[in-house]
Amino acid sequence: MASGRIWIRGGRVLDPSTGRDEVADLLVEDGKIAAVGAGLAASGGEVLEAAGAWVVPGFIDLHVHLREPGQEYKEDIASGGRAAVAGGFSAVVCMANTQPANDDPSVTEYILDRARQESPARVYPVGAATRGLAGEVMTEMVALVDAGCVALSDDGKTIMDSGVMRRVFEYSQLARVAIITHAEDRTLVREGVVNEGPVSTRLGLPGNPSIAEVIHVARDLMLAELAGAHLHVAHVSTAGAVDLIRRARERGVHVTAEVTPHHLALTDEATLGYDTNTKMAPPLRSETDMRACRAGLADGTLDAIATDHAPHAVHEKDVEFTAAPPGVIGLETAVPVTLDLVRANELAPLEWVRRLSTNPARIIHRAGGSLAVGAAADIALVDPERRWIYDPAKGFSKSRNSPWAGREMIGCAIATLVGGVLVWDVERGVLLP
Amino acid sequence: MTGRDLLGIEGLDRTDLERILETAERMQEVGRRDVKKVPTLRGRTLINLFFEASTRTRTSFEIAGKRLSADVVNFTPSSSSLTKAESILDTAMTLDAMDPDAVIVRHKVAGVPKRIADALAAPVINAGDGAHEHPTQALLDCFTVKQEKGRFDGLTVTIIGDITHSRVARSNLYAFTKLGAEVRLAAPPTMLPTGIESLGAKAYTSLREALEGADVVMVLRIQQERLDGQPRRRDRARSRRPPPERDPRPGAQRRRGADGRPVSVRGALGEARGMRASGARSARQASEGDRARVGVVEEVRGEERDG
Ligand SMILES: [Zn+2]
Repeated sequence: MASGRIWIRGGRVLDPSTGRDEVADLLVEDGKIAAVGAGLAASGGEVLEAAGAWVVPGFIDLHVHLREPGQEYKEDIASGGRAAVAGGFSAVVCMANTQPANDDPSVTEYILDRARQESPARVYPVGAATRGLAGEVMTEMVALVDAGCVALSDDGKTIMDSGVMRRVFEYSQLARVAIITHAEDRTLVREGVVNEGPVSTRLGLPGNPSIAEVIHVARDLMLAELAGAHLHVAHVSTAGAVDLIRRARERGVHVTAEVTPHHLALTDEATLGYDTNTKMAPPLRSETDMRACRAGLADGTLDAIATDHAPHAVHEKDVEFTAAPPGVIGLETAVPVTLDLVRANELAPLEWVRRLSTNPARIIHRAGGSLAVGAAADIALVDPERRWIYDPAKGFSKSRNSPWAGREMIGCAIATLVGGVLVWDVERGVLLP
Repeated sequence: MTGRDLLGIEGLDRTDLERILETAERMQEVGRRDVKKVPTLRGRTLINLFFEASTRTRTSFEIAGKRLSADVVNFTPSSSSLTKAESILDTAMTLDAMDPDAVIVRHKVAGVPKRIADALAAPVINAGDGAHEHPTQALLDCFTVKQEKGRFDGLTVTIIGDITHSRVARSNLYAFTKLGAEVRLAAPPTMLPTGIESLGAKAYTSLREALEGADVVMVLRIQQERLDGQPRRRDRARSRRPPPERDPRPGAQRRRGADGRPVSVRGALGEARGMRASGARSARQASEGDRARVGVVEEVRGEERDG
């Protein structure tokens, strides 16, 4: 993507990669950051006035479901990419549970090809760890990574066979990428659809106990440690898992972890009205679990905020609670929802940015998360105060399954640049492609 | 109470419950007349929407509606929607087109009546949803106890059986607690749902302790398909038991192990079987059920008038 000059003037520049947190100007030239500093003299090119806004590295979402190929009625690479940049994300990491699954380099190439044509955001595919996400036969991991996959995961099709999982971890070292696990012991989850506890008892719905996550995280930490592999725990939701990850890291296990905006902001009490847009996997948990996730994010045990953007059509969600597919969309609401931690003084602005950009880039070994001179100009402008009402029907995702429909939001991405190109402007909409 | 709906006992307060029980008592008098009807709901339409078959409960609502002079329509969902995931909005729109004055919903999945109520203009009465609530059944049980005991304050009500899967247990727990009784739940740990005590009851795994000084005992049906790997002997013992869904036990006296030793849960459940109500009482409760449901239907309709 070629581009001319763009001056971003007078914003609060927050760059976790250098620790910079000051009001400054920023010059973008030829797709890269050419200069950062106070009082740069603008000459030529476009000017973005950023006074009052935060100028940050473009966000990277480690966990989205773009549904292409195969389920384009829910989302596709074009709509998901537009939702991403509208939410301040310059890049998304898309899960392998497409139809067909991304278990073969030909599928990876298809996704990347579509992304080049259709998506204003960068798209980094995750390859399947086992063929057809069946948890039995490993994929050709090296070939998948050579084709462009940045991590390997069967995500929601949790690999229950510990022997297979051990080999996946061992083999992953040839591919030199993280193994992402959706940690839920399915034999404990059984029919569970809401967090097991007083809320599931009041609702009369089958409970999904927190121990199902904790026991699986324990297993994966042990296997990753044994194999010396990099484990990335997806969407951590329980106090027990946060604790296990913290202790494993202390003893040197190569583990990273993410948490979703909904597990940081909502508890299982949100499910009391039987709204299927509060049905997720893992489920919304107790107040104690939510607090532990927030604390874990603050102390760095949880490295990243990732949305687990999981689009589902209205007709799929408009059914009995037990029959509805789990998951919610999150790309367009992650910024305001997680800014709540900054407003609550649980997370400094720089640390918030780190968990949305610098850390995700490190986990997938890709550039990004930096505003240093010479870095690719993937940039977001965030207005932390702007108030708006979220209406999923007016959003860019094809789906509307959000627990925040109709809610007032505080904060949003007012502009997003990818490779030095302005692709999102809150006044003008998505500009490219 | 969500607006004019009756979705569960959880959202009611004591005065709501007492008002409904008083209406049921008035209707008891109507039930003794030659013409067992009052004109309260003349020209109004009630829809019975039963996704889960229950002739007894459906008929009871039919009788209740007719006693209030309403037109009662039995709306049977298509057989496909009984097995497939049901579009709740489609259901609500179909019902809305029939312009009902109240809709009575029963569904095997918890929360469906609530979702239909959210989407529907007419008030919804929950006639049982999954393991959530069965408010009219609880009102019937309260009515029965009131007839027998004349009060709720100071009573101890013990509910025995698979609490985890029982909507009747939940609704009764709320109802009796709100009315001033103490509620005890007795079951093996695998049949006591997590956090049940946060709803105001005391949970027991010892039946002997749960029955100690109980004034009312209820025995819940245990469904074989819900045992989920629990011991087979217990499974067999239960499968021989007759299948009434619920069984309020007014007048039960202090229960102790005959030899003073702790009674095992399995043995005690067997003992409870011996305390089962007679057929005559079941029949009487069925007609009391009509009255309790008359109270509910009139309550909902009254709310509609006020709102
Ligand atoms: Zn997942």
